[in-house]
Amino acid sequence: MTHWIIAPVVLPAIIGALIVLAMRRDLLLQRIFGLAATVALLAIALALLVASSRNPPEVYFLGDWPAPFGIVMVLDRLAALMLALTAFLALMVQLYAVGTGWDARGRHFHALFQFQLMGICGAFLTGDAFNLFVFFEVLLIASYGLMIHSGGAQRLRAGVQYIAYNLVGSTLFLFGLATLYSVTGTLNMADLAVKAATLPAGDAALLRVAGVLLLLVFAIKGALVPLHFWLPNTYAQAPGPVSALFAVMTKVGAYAVLRIYTLIFPPGTEATGTLFADLLMPAALVTLVVGAIGVLGASSLARLVAFAAVASMGTLFIAIAAFTPQATAAALYYMLHSTLAAAVLFLIADLVTARRAGDSLHHALPAIAQQGLIAALFFAGAIAIAGMPPLSGFLGKLLILDASRGAGMALIWSTILITSLVIIMGFARAGSVLFWKSHASPAEPDARPAEPLAFVAVFALLAGLAALTIFAGPVMEMMQATAAQLYAPAGYIGANALPGGV
Amino acid sequence: MASGVVAGKQGHSALTGLAFAPDKGRARTTGQPAATRTTAHNQNGNRPGMSLALIAALPFLGALLPGLMIRAGRTACAVSTGAVTALALLLLGLNAPAVLRGEVVQTRIEWLPQLGLNANFMLDGLGLLFAGLILGIGLLIILYARFYLAKADPMGQFYTYLMLFQGAMLGIVLSDNILLLLVFWELTSLSSFLLIGYWKHLPEGRQGARMALTVTGAGGLALIGGMLILGNIAGSYDLSVILTQKVAIQSSDWYLPALLLILLGCFTKSAQFPFHFWLPHAMAAPTPVSAYLHSATMVKAGLFLMARLWPVLAGTPEWFYIVATTGLVTMLLGAKIALFKHDLKALLAFSTVSQLGLITMLLGFGTKAAATVAVFHIINHATFKAALFMTAGIVDHEAHTRDIRRLGGLRVLMPVTFAIATLAALSMAGIPPLNGFLSKELMLEEAAHTVWWQNPWLVGVLATIGALFSVAYSFRFVAHVFLGPMRDDYPHRPHDPGFGLWAAPALLAGLVVLIGLAPMATAAWLVDAAAGAVTGAAVEVKISHWHGLEPAALWMSLAAIGGGLMLLGLFAPLSRLWEGTPRPEAKRIFDGLVEPLATLSRRITDALHDGAVTRYFAIATLAILAAGVWAFVSGTHQQGDHALTPVALVPAAGWALLMVTTCAIVALHRQRLLVLILVGVVGLMVSVGFAYLSAPDLALTQISVEVATVILLLLALNYLPKTTPAESGGARRLRDGVIATLAGLGAGGLIYALMTRDFAFDTIAAYHLANAKTEGGGTNVVNVILVDFRGYDTFGEITVLGIAALVIYALTESILRPGPANDRLRLWKAESQDAGDRHPLMLVVATRLILPLAIMVGVFIFLRGHNLPGGGFIAGLVVAIALVMQYMASGFEWTAARQKIDYHALIASGVLVAAATGIGAWFNGLPFMTSAYGYVTLWPLETFELATAALFDLGVFLTVLGAVMLSLASLSRIALRAGETVNLAPYDIDPAAGRTVKEEAR
Repeated sequence: MTHWIIAPVVLPAIIGALIVLAMRRDLLLQRIFGLAATVALLAIALALLVASSRNPPEVYFLGDWPAPFGIVMVLDRLAALMLALTAFLALMVQLYAVGTGWDARGRHFHALFQFQLMGICGAFLTGDAFNLFVFFEVLLIASYGLMIHSGGAQRLRAGVQYIAYNLVGSTLFLFGLATLYSVTGTLNMADLAVKAATLPAGDAALLRVAGVLLLLVFAIKGALVPLHFWLPNTYAQAPGPVSALFAVMTKVGAYAVLRIYTLIFPPGTEATGTLFADLLMPAALVTLVVGAIGVLGASSLARLVAFAAVASMGTLFIAIAAFTPQATAAALYYMLHSTLAAAVLFLIADLVTARRAGDSLHHALPAIAQQGLIAALFFAGAIAIAGMPPLSGFLGKLLILDASRGAGMALIWSTILITSLVIIMGFARAGSVLFWKSHASPAEPDARPAEPLAFVAVFALLAGLAALTIFAGPVMEMMQATAAQLYAPAGYIGANALPGGV
Repeated sequence: MASGVVAGKQGHSALTGLAFAPDKGRARTTGQPAATRTTAHNQNGNRPGMSLALIAALPFLGALLPGLMIRAGRTACAVSTGAVTALALLLLGLNAPAVLRGEVVQTRIEWLPQLGLNANFMLDGLGLLFAGLILGIGLLIILYARFYLAKADPMGQFYTYLMLFQGAMLGIVLSDNILLLLVFWELTSLSSFLLIGYWKHLPEGRQGARMALTVTGAGGLALIGGMLILGNIAGSYDLSVILTQKVAIQSSDWYLPALLLILLGCFTKSAQFPFHFWLPHAMAAPTPVSAYLHSATMVKAGLFLMARLWPVLAGTPEWFYIVATTGLVTMLLGAKIALFKHDLKALLAFSTVSQLGLITMLLGFGTKAAATVAVFHIINHATFKAALFMTAGIVDHEAHTRDIRRLGGLRVLMPVTFAIATLAALSMAGIPPLNGFLSKELMLEEAAHTVWWQNPWLVGVLATIGALFSVAYSFRFVAHVFLGPMRDDYPHRPHDPGFGLWAAPALLAGLVVLIGLAPMATAAWLVDAAAGAVTGAAVEVKISHWHGLEPAALWMSLAAIGGGLMLLGLFAPLSRLWEGTPRPEAKRIFDGLVEPLATLSRRITDALHDGAVTRYFAIATLAILAAGVWAFVSGTHQQGDHALTPVALVPAAGWALLMVTTCAIVALHRQRLLVLILVGVVGLMVSVGFAYLSAPDLALTQISVEVATVILLLLALNYLPKTTPAESGGARRLRDGVIATLAGLGAGGLIYALMTRDFAFDTIAAYHLANAKTEGGGTNVVNVILVDFRGYDTFGEITVLGIAALVIYALTESILRPGPANDRLRLWKAESQDAGDRHPLMLVVATRLILPLAIMVGVFIFLRGHNLPGGGFIAGLVVAIALVMQYMASGFEWTAARQKIDYHALIASGVLVAAATGIGAWFNGLPFMTSAYGYVTLWPLETFELATAALFDLGVFLTVLGAVMLSLASLSRIALRAGETVNLAPYDIDPAAGRTVKEEAR
């Protein structure tokens, strides 16, 4: 038994607590320990990724209680992948926050950041449905703290909406779990999978309700229309680096859908059938459309990026909703891509707004410091998120299009392709106002200090996108193996060593 | 990576010879492992150093250079850029002999085999022709731009964009994989966006760039769809495979959709009607860009693709009627508009549209001969049109205007420019012996033999009319700019530029003459190779100036020249007529589409996301309700068989109280303090309910949580408005009420369904009951679940509590910084009179007495928790409440000064203690959170149990205590900012002194 599985939860918890205990008055200490912890997290996550690709799913029995009676953590390819993605993104975001001084504009940034990582990692690793709820709470409350970091009337107002909307999600989660437990009498995910498959026919309706309620919870997290309303304002108002970190928060919802609806309610389940795909697919298509329209109609840069994030979630869920190994592999690739792309764009948007007298897209303002470089970065980020070549978004979209052949293909293809155009138009308009129109007015003297760390972070994220593009073949191989593991849950269930030898 | 040369007699057999090509399908569909495919290919022999990938990559690598080399000066910048292009051209030239022998050079690199997207390149005759054009004219453009760009223009940027574009174009023409081709295709759209918008200060540049991006981007996306379908039919995305699948493709049901989508891509890129409107607006770009992108290369990408896919797409009626007709219409329309344009570049732009239409039409005819002519005209058009654009640029550069009406008589002032322009323009007009004449006559010959909808002469006549207009606008270019009297009102006195600026167009004009005079020696071999690749059959063209008197083309040519001259003669009245007739203005239509679309998007987005959280909740509630109900009714449901419990008096009374309180809350919800108290009643009833249902742990927890939160909320409410303003009207409240009622009914129904039935399986609870004592060492199963079975959950939840307190603290900090919230607090006036005694003596004394008792109770509850109702959570709350009471009695600051524990530290150490307890198990080789317990006898006490779970529970205790106290501390800081005073003594009246103790403001 390796204790490394729990390290991604315990490490940030301890460092977060230590920062509160001993370093809360010294920013430098917080930065050093915070960054060191995230570096360590990244190293652990990569090691787990390697381990998960060599071994079958591995279960960690917390408290040494056998499944399904205690809580288990399960390391499989998907969990390890999400961990690695989170850790990489977190490190870059943290570098950016340190580099721009965002972390100094309010209290407890680094502690909350670590607790946020604890919550996200815990959610990815858990093999217990109720424990998933607990870690949703951890990441929610920490994200609220980060979201309102450094305050301001607008941000606090958006924060209230964020927390209120997500508390609705938490409540719904409890309803869903209670229903699930009342029908099956268990909380362990592997056990739930076994029970859901052998459920008496008379319980089917309630199981379906439980599944749908949980799906809606994850849809709130994943910002699916019509449950996305919390996202645009939250992402637009949160501090730039926090929005960038939140790029992975929506993916927690996507992860949970992938996990629960391939493990507990796989497409072949008699009681649920294609219920979830039938709900997800239209919602995903509408989400993509709403996001694209939002991009074209955005009145501010931050909202533009926020709606681009909504659109990318729509695309992602289109691929997920197909629930085939091929489409899931494409979804995973796109998930890696869209997380990094949305994050880097949020950081670039923050670079712009920090230098510009406002982030309105209605009128041109004087040129900003480092305009040329930032414009180039914006161009790259826009290409990435709009899914244009040469960056990985294009490959991701091609993969998704390729995987969604068959029924409904005409609708899916035309939606994805037409929204791509709308998004491109939106970004072209925005870039034109931000960087071209502004040339009319003289550049102001460079008042801002160079922020090398911030640019390092942005370049590293872009390099990540480039690597995803160049090594698309090997990455995709990994995604296929991950998807294959998801659709062959026997390994996952078997690792739990449930009584009765299932 | 593997480079190979496939030998064959000529173009097509080489292509079909590729049927052996190992990559017949994607790995996914064939199940063929990638490795064997690569190896198989390697057997075809390598040509080291001949990598096509390198040729395509060079411009991209070269794009890095200009940005750096500009530091060494403008010439160094241009030379280094040109050197990269020249190197690529050299590499291409090294491959040329093989291609001209009829071989196909290939380079294959595996990229994303799962999708069938690989970096496969091939070079055949068609590729060679286009690659040569791209690099050759690219080189000339680099030279020209060096002298064209002004000092103020950032030259490094320009060359970088140009090289990006060059690489993208090269990629298109060298791709052997249609997905790879798509990548480069979209890249040309992006790089041309940058190039067109290069002069950022010009609104036309910005708008033109966006328009070009939108139109070609839309086409590109359609092309993606078309290519995916095409690849699906052919079973591979490799061109070399697709080109062998003509029968399969043309007989497929998906042929027409694929054709339409692909043509959409081609027509938008090549500015074919009705997508021709973007090209003239792209002329806002600097002239080198226009010359390069909009005459020689990018707009020909669409033609290239039509030619590339010609073997498998052409030859059907659909192809003929769509492509040939579009080409014909575009040719006529473009030629007509070109004649009446006054802007030199606009004239050339529409003439390009027209000429591209001509080539499209030829490809559309679907015959081998016509395709060969198309290839020939591609070469000729590239030479004379690039030269014309460059001369237009020179005129603009020297005379500072491109308006034909302000020019004229330049032949004396700019003789060199005049000579170049005249040669090129005559070629465009189709005047012998120049190269334009050769291909145009061949075109007319083909048109004369083409039957359109059973009409044998329609195409011929219309093509002649098109040619007629092209004669007219070509002559107008010369006559109205260079001929005529010299004027004295040029915006700038023009003269011939330096050699650098006219060298490139002069070279092209030389080619125009050379090809015109000796077509067989200079161009025929290239036409043969390229046309062979297009048509898939051996081509040996015979190009000559004189075919005798029989061919129709001769008479058509003559008619065109004569008619064209007449048209020009009548230009003034015709122009007036043209100006007088209303006609659709592309830009207005485009703006009329895009701007309202953007506005509409903004309206929809703003209306949908108006920030009204009540509406968001209404939508969410309805969505949840609808999805839940649908899931339920669409599944099979067996009613539960539990008998209902008879209603007893006590629970009924509690239920009634809950109902009344809830209704009261709804009715009185605007009075916040009152509602808080009513919520307290609900909490109390829930606690009582837990106790009644034999859940003492839950009851204890609930009641202590209630007390703590109500106190904290009361403190918080003190500094908030006491009433909630009414913000929604009656209709909305009715709507919300209905939604809420429905949701309540849904939740109630669900709970009813759950509680009236049995579990389908044994629950995990049975195990917990059986093993709590024997394995967990505690008889209170609830506590054992909390600290042991599911201790990990508790670990997470106490962290949540701790984080919440930290967030409250951080939030307070940000509120108390200068800002609106802070201002409001500073101006805060108590709405109600203070009580006479803020810190009454009786309260102070009583709380002092209670404190040790309460702490004792806390410790007791904590210790007994493992076996009896209690535990760290409840104990933490009890102690916290006791402490809170001290603060209430004597004021926060006074009390805080008397205890030194930092609440941050309390929270952190709580989490750390819990984590450390969990980690402790590692040292016994057991998983996180594994507990141990044992029995200890310590005189004089009885034997008692020690469990590590108790240590964990201590962590819970500390965190809970710290969280409550930190929240209180944060609230008290707000109070201080609002002007609350700090007392100097524990209570207001000092009994010893018999007077009121002063307070000080902070």
